[in-house]
Amino acid sequence: MSKFDRDDGVSRRKVLECMTWVGTAVLWTVAGGVPHALGIIDKAAAQEAHALTFLQISDSHIGFDFKTPYPNAVGTLEECIAKVNALPTKPAFMIHTGDISHLSTAAQFDDGDKVIGQTKLDVHYVPGEHDFVDQEQKLFLERYGKGTKGAGWYSFDANGVHFIGLVNVHDLKAGGLGNLGAEQLEWLEADVKGRSASTPIVVFAHIPLWTVYPNWGWGTDDGARALSYLKRFGSVTVLNGHIHQVMQKVEGNVTFHTARSTAFPQPAPGSAPSPGPMKVPAEKLRSMLGIANITFKQNDQPLAIIDSPLEG
Amino acid sequence: MSISRTLQGALLAAALGAVCAPVVAPFVLPARAQNVAAANGISIDNFTFNPPTLTVKAGTTVTWTNKDDIPHGIASASNAFTRSKAMDTDDSFTFTFTTPGTYRYFCYIHPHMTGTIVVQAATGGNATQ
Repeated sequence: MSKFDRDDGVSRRKVLECMTWVGTAVLWTVAGGVPHALGIIDKAAAQEAHALTFLQISDSHIGFDFKTPYPNAVGTLEECIAKVNALPTKPAFMIHTGDISHLSTAAQFDDGDKVIGQTKLDVHYVPGEHDFVDQEQKLFLERYGKGTKGAGWYSFDANGVHFIGLVNVHDLKAGGLGNLGAEQLEWLEADVKGRSASTPIVVFAHIPLWTVYPNWGWGTDDGARALSYLKRFGSVTVLNGHIHQVMQKVEGNVTFHTARSTAFPQPAPGSAPSPGPMKVPAEKLRSMLGIANITFKQNDQPLAIIDSPLEG
Repeated sequence: MSISRTLQGALLAAALGAVCAPVVAPFVLPARAQNVAAANGISIDNFTFNPPTLTVKAGTTVTWTNKDDIPHGIASASNAFTRSKAMDTDDSFTFTFTTPGTYRYFCYIHPHMTGTIVVQAATGGNATQ
């Protein structure tokens, strides 16, 4: 981290990272200027006054139908949504970072909508590669792509934070990783142009925008280009899914975070012959599935990401 | 907190800086019995095409079979054929190669997975598989 700690204005108000692991949940804060440890995971962290709180949910894989230990993807999604509905503070909205479905069928999207809809929250979606496998690659965009550009990218603002939803699962190339493409990169450059460097930025996309593990396809070929357009901003948060486990890093003013799946866990990079679903003891499964709860406090712009497993 | 368990993973972790992995030790689904690929068959095991290069005579129908627990899909790198439907576990896709040449293909869900079909003229020569 220190190698990025350059004396170049914005980055002097350094992004600081504190991590606390409690069981399988992580509480993580980034604050401008001063270390800001939130300590033990506590729901109170999400209830601070004047905060923007939103949720990230990912990799529902509705239609994934494997045997033990997985009950079924709808069931574990329902359990996650029940936790969302039980939150003491209603989040402003939810972000879904893709792979709603396993095979992009209308029935799978329907089943996902029925469960996710129980939150009555606005949900901002980006597709995963499993949402683009219908022959014409149109079902996802018909349902979730209204008002978006190209293959489904868009941006919006909430409480002074600029949110950018990117699509890196379209037009994939043989031998390649995730792909944003020239058209989307041009759009992104224009989208952030003219915005004040003090605007907090949240970028979300399915496949990690940084290279996690190329041997398993866990990265985005032109992700670095996208991040180059965001360099001048004082606070950039990148939220991804795809790898079905929590992983995070900080690089300069950019913090990267991946969310758990609600359906099945995947192995740590390189720890298995392939990234196929991990078989874990039934009693451990729910400690490896879950959602992320993200809070921005106003004014001093700290950000907290709390990953909540279903159990544990 | 456990970070990674293999040298490869450790190197990656070092390269990335802070990397945090779930605490629970993973063990992965037992590998399915390696499918002995039929003469014109390609088995997909552990996110790999097996064999990675298959040589056939023109007119041969090639069959891909997904033996993984995750769907895969076949697409030509040069649009030489229409892409398969997504293949769930044990699903197959076939295509008949009529024109000699070298055909590179990939999984359109996991594009880092690639393979090659070499199609030789049906008559003449003594090339065998």
